[in-house]
Amino acid sequence: MNRISKSLTWLPVIAVLLISTQSAYAHSDSHQAAGFITGFGHPWSGWDHIIAMIAVGLWGAQLGAPAVWLLPVTFPMVMAVGAFFGLIGVPLPGIEIGIGISALLLGTMLAFEAKPALWIAAVMVGVFGLFHGHAHGTELPDGQNGTLYSMGFVIATGCIHGVGIAFGLVHRWSAGKAALRLAGTAIAVVGAVFTWRALA
Amino acid sequence: MTSVAHLVTTGLGPLYDGIGHFLMSVEDLATVVVVALFAGLRGTTEGKRAMLVLPLSWLTGGLIGESVNTFPSFPIAGCILLILGGLTAADLKLSLTSLTSVIGLAGVIQGWSNGVSMNVRSGTTLALIGVSASVFVIVTLVAGFVVSLKQAWMRIAARVVGSWIAAIGLLLIGWAFRKH
Repeated sequence: MNRISKSLTWLPVIAVLLISTQSAYAHSDSHQAAGFITGFGHPWSGWDHIIAMIAVGLWGAQLGAPAVWLLPVTFPMVMAVGAFFGLIGVPLPGIEIGIGISALLLGTMLAFEAKPALWIAAVMVGVFGLFHGHAHGTELPDGQNGTLYSMGFVIATGCIHGVGIAFGLVHRWSAGKAALRLAGTAIAVVGAVFTWRALA
Repeated sequence: MTSVAHLVTTGLGPLYDGIGHFLMSVEDLATVVVVALFAGLRGTTEGKRAMLVLPLSWLTGGLIGESVNTFPSFPIAGCILLILGGLTAADLKLSLTSLTSVIGLAGVIQGWSNGVSMNVRSGTTLALIGVSASVFVIVTLVAGFVVSLKQAWMRIAARVVGSWIAAIGLLLIGWAFRKH
């Protein structure tokens, strides 16, 4: 089994080579453009999305297991549902307001170290994921490789949650707890600004 | 740049063309990875079953696709990723028979798609054998790795990857029915 583990250390190298490889123009499909990189970059393109996704990771870390992994699983899954609706043209009202409120409420939860029941936290994160996903789904550019774009998009979302979780690990120290609450306050303030702008 | 290969010509003959085709087809790779994750999380017996069933069903589907030469335009690959990714994320405990059926069905469908898309020149059968051999190698490596995971957080990481694959599958279906 160790041998298998050792051989798997090459998988990231192979993955990088596959991602960076030149296009093989061996078939006649159209609309196949740079997919993974643009998909990976999309979730990083707006601060309203970034702070909400980082807040999910921070809140998960603050709540501890199993929320630390359940919330970052819930968000991308429901976000994909939202993106699906966006792609097929199902409208969702108040998207920008929903995105702003997501940062506002998630930041507030962090600031007050709120610990609701797990299912409430999951539903809350899921509903917010729907708004974020719908916005992404309607913004997806034409001429992309759907598979690679989707992979990049989902992996980047997971990475942003991972950043939040990594920072959230400071919760084990008392100074870290205070820092998380401070970060929550900052996220809530920025969320309030985004909400205000969406309403204005 | 991304790899957009659908029909790869390596210049080394149909067998290697099949291997190249598989390694450059992201949907196929993702399907094999998610099957390996799902079976590997269930245990050694299930992992071994996936090693056997997936390549054989893939080859069977490929031969069917080669002979009938038609495949529905519905985004079946997305559905497979959604279902298998969801099963992996949920860490659902299926009986060995059910697990074998699910894996076999996924293999036949993906192989069928390969058989149709590669059926444009001579040597398709040999290319399909190359694809199946690649499927065997990847499913063995990944399932073996997942079976070896003992720490809880590593098993959770595998489930998280499953949830990501499910999300990718759902997005693929959305792309197929895109309105704008």
